[in-house]
Amino acid sequence: MSWSQAELVAAAYGVVFVFVLAYVAIIAAKLVRLQRETSELLELVQAREAAARLDPKPTVDAPSGA
Amino acid sequence: MTYLADVAALTRKDLRVELRARDTLPAMLLFVVSVLVVFHFALPEGTGDDAAYGLLWVAIVFTALLGLARAWVPEQEHGVLDGLVLAPSDRSAIWLGKTLATLAFLLTAQAVALPAFVLFFAPLDATALAGVLLADIGICAVGSLMAAMAAASRSREVLLPLLVLPLAIPLVVGGVGAAISPDGQRYLLLLALYDGVFAVLSWASFEYVVTE
Amino acid sequence: MSTATIRSLPGLAALSAVLMGSAIAFALIVAPEDADQGISQRIFYIHVPIALTSYFCFGLGAWKALNLLWRGDQRYDLESYVAIHQGTIFGALTLITGSIWARASWGVWWTWSSNQLVLFLVLFLFYCAYFMLRFSVEEGPRRARSSAVYALFGVVLIPISFLAIRLAEDFIHPTVFTREGPNMTATMFATFCVSWAAVTLLAYLLYRVELAGKRLDADLRELREALQ
Repeated sequence: MSWSQAELVAAAYGVVFVFVLAYVAIIAAKLVRLQRETSELLELVQAREAAARLDPKPTVDAPSGA
Repeated sequence: MTYLADVAALTRKDLRVELRARDTLPAMLLFVVSVLVVFHFALPEGTGDDAAYGLLWVAIVFTALLGLARAWVPEQEHGVLDGLVLAPSDRSAIWLGKTLATLAFLLTAQAVALPAFVLFFAPLDATALAGVLLADIGICAVGSLMAAMAAASRSREVLLPLLVLPLAIPLVVGGVGAAISPDGQRYLLLLALYDGVFAVLSWASFEYVVTE
Repeated sequence: MSTATIRSLPGLAALSAVLMGSAIAFALIVAPEDADQGISQRIFYIHVPIALTSYFCFGLGAWKALNLLWRGDQRYDLESYVAIHQGTIFGALTLITGSIWARASWGVWWTWSSNQLVLFLVLFLFYCAYFMLRFSVEEGPRRARSSAVYALFGVVLIPISFLAIRLAEDFIHPTVFTREGPNMTATMFATFCVSWAAVTLLAYLLYRVELAGKRLDADLRELREALQ
């Protein structure tokens, strides 16, 4: 395959552009993962709070409350 | 001079361990001679001496790697390194002792390999021999530090060549240049510069690699 | 990671975008066509700044590594790692754009007679081994120190390898190609400077983004451990 000079120049700049795009894609994937983990932790905290509200004998403030 | 006494004691320990167990040196000797025989078949007829010098350097680097891969194994197996690190001596003495012991093994292997090379392939002049000696110092100095790093990893046999080979490229350039260039002195200077810089760097940084 | 340092990221990104846009406009439109090399000389404006940025990243990584060994502060470990990661990405880009330039100038995709390209190949291998080292040692202060020592070896290897490759020319190939003619016009030089600034700022931005992500990751892991 023969390449013209202009095509080669375009390829050089294009490669840099593709690398930066790939980097953005990797960061985006990482953000998705971080978001999922954060929501998991949020659910954990909320479940814990709900359990504390339903449970009549909370373990932490039992001595002072009763 | 307690520092030199420590270094001498550590080197003697390594040599004595090798004399008893004979784990490393026979393997290096057999390896380097086998490689030379393989080269005879790998080099087509009429390739010339220059190609043979190039392959000699491949043999030297890989023989050194073979020795370096075994360098910290006795310490690993018996947990000696932790004791040495705790001992009241300068930790860089451990590195220097190991470097000298590995250098002794490599030089012994070459005492057989270089005459064999001259016999099988091409002559070596004084500049080429000086190049071999200087490159040996460099690769043992850098390699014993890298081997200590690799010893702490999960894949030490695989990791060591990966760590050492890019660092060994200037040594190969210097060694091959000293062997085939009419102006070999410049390459000896490069090797001497390499040895000086990397020996000081390895000596200064060894402590950080072995302490927990 | 304090919020103040993250807050400066959008501004930095905007500045980087503006600078990069003008650098590309300068390099592809404003700069005059080179009399000898024609249009392919325009690769120079992206290739050389990327190469210089790569050196800069390796230097930054080694500087952070030195700080780690000197002060023993673990936060430098991550900074050194991220800088070297950036350096390796830009090093790979240097190899690719350099290869394209070799094709444009000399008609081959690879040539051992370009010292810079060969040096970058050596450095690329060296820093790939850095990642192998990191991934096969258990996380902790010892890994941090081993990586730091290896990073320091890297910046010492750069000049020595360069010297060795220059010397190796004698017996590998006697002829030397010269790429950049000394006669750069003022506009060309200005274009080069703008590109250099743009690429450096881009690298710094990516460094900060990756660092912020890594620190967020670490914080989240700590939070999880605290909750469970």
